[in-house]
Amino acid sequence: MNDIKIYVQEPSGDKTPVDAPTDMGLSLMEVLKASGYPIAATCGGMALCATCHIEVLSDHELPPPSDDEGYMLDSLPAVTDNSRLSCQVRLTPELDELVVKLGAGD
Amino acid sequence: MNILSTDICIIGAGPVGLFAVFEAGLLKMRCHVVDALAQTGGQLSEIYPKKPIYDIPGFPEVLAGDLVKNLEKQIEPFKPTFTLGERVERFTRLDDGSFIVYTVAGTEISCKIIVIAAGLGSFEPRKPAIEHLALYEGKGVNYMILDPEHYRDKRVVIAGGGDSALDWTIFLANVAKEVTLVHRGTTFRGVPESAEKVQHLAEAGKIKLLLKSNVVGVSGEDKLEAVTISFNNEEDVVQETDYFIPLFGLTPKLGPLEDWDLELQDGAIVVNTFDYSTSIEGVYAIGDINTYPGKLKLILCGFHEAALMAQSAYKYLNPDKKFTLKYTTVNGVPTL
Repeated sequence: MNDIKIYVQEPSGDKTPVDAPTDMGLSLMEVLKASGYPIAATCGGMALCATCHIEVLSDHELPPPSDDEGYMLDSLPAVTDNSRLSCQVRLTPELDELVVKLGAGD
Repeated sequence: MNILSTDICIIGAGPVGLFAVFEAGLLKMRCHVVDALAQTGGQLSEIYPKKPIYDIPGFPEVLAGDLVKNLEKQIEPFKPTFTLGERVERFTRLDDGSFIVYTVAGTEISCKIIVIAAGLGSFEPRKPAIEHLALYEGKGVNYMILDPEHYRDKRVVIAGGGDSALDWTIFLANVAKEVTLVHRGTTFRGVPESAEKVQHLAEAGKIKLLLKSNVVGVSGEDKLEAVTISFNNEEDVVQETDYFIPLFGLTPKLGPLEDWDLELQDGAIVVNTFDYSTSIEGVYAIGDINTYPGKLKLILCGFHEAALMAQSAYKYLNPDKKFTLKYTTVNGVPTL
């Protein structure tokens, strides 16, 4: 089994589990989108549009954002220190039990 | 008021909208293209002009911006006309079955067929979540700078950390009476020269640079008079200003299209894959804006959809003509 569980915190506060494979080179954006979450992913995953903006709520240590991702995050109105572009988050076994919240509708 | 007349009004000047001009042109149908952005190319120009695309047939690699340039060249013989920088608000159907398309700026396009090639919608400025912000839109709050002279000798607060925030801060430093740049981060990751220039302007006292700060409030009687700036989420300061300009880039929004009485599914227009017609006769939808079983959001799929749409549109406009497909290799490219 290469699946991990990601939790999406809904606006109600409930956490919805999402199964995610780690052996397919998928990004968190692709899994969230495939699970029906309203993510436009306009640029398709190039860290260029920020429509896949999420906030990491658990204390997992993610690889730091690249310059491109950092630049996009810098140019957004509603980001926190835990904001990420989910298209840039590769799913790895280390991210099991990750908790995220979808970003403001941008 | 500006009134135009054409066979086909294409909403969206992205790659698929542009190629639709070619397919329509082969069948001698004239096109007018409308787009909310000031340039053609849609997201290829707005989001990733310098990114290579690898899945355009016949192009092992092509930069998005170059693909747009090539498409423009390809459709030149058909002399398309354009209304750029104006979002389409609505359309109405006349008794003779033709349409009038209305833009936000009051342009009217009289056409027989509408082709919606609107991608993910029209690009709109990202708006920060500040209470009552909408009340001051156009009354001191602007999301883009159309005429910098408008700000001459005024007090301006700009928010944002991207290149447009930096560029306009630098430009307005010499125009406005007072410029304040508010940025939530501690560094700028945009063009290094611009970031350096802003630092220098701040050190020289020409602008006020507030880092680790956010604009969290707006106030004023009939128009904007002040913004509240929060430093490090600790200390709130009220600063008087004439203008507040949040510059957080553009993001596509479905916008008015939602109210056009078209059958929609998850924010996309449902079409018949026979000819990409919508639930309204004479209105087609091609490219990323449409949906059908098996839909793939690829430029090449949009090109295919444009070709089938054009055949159907021709038959719709010329029900009595027996139509035969013309190959460009046999006849060359006709002109209009």
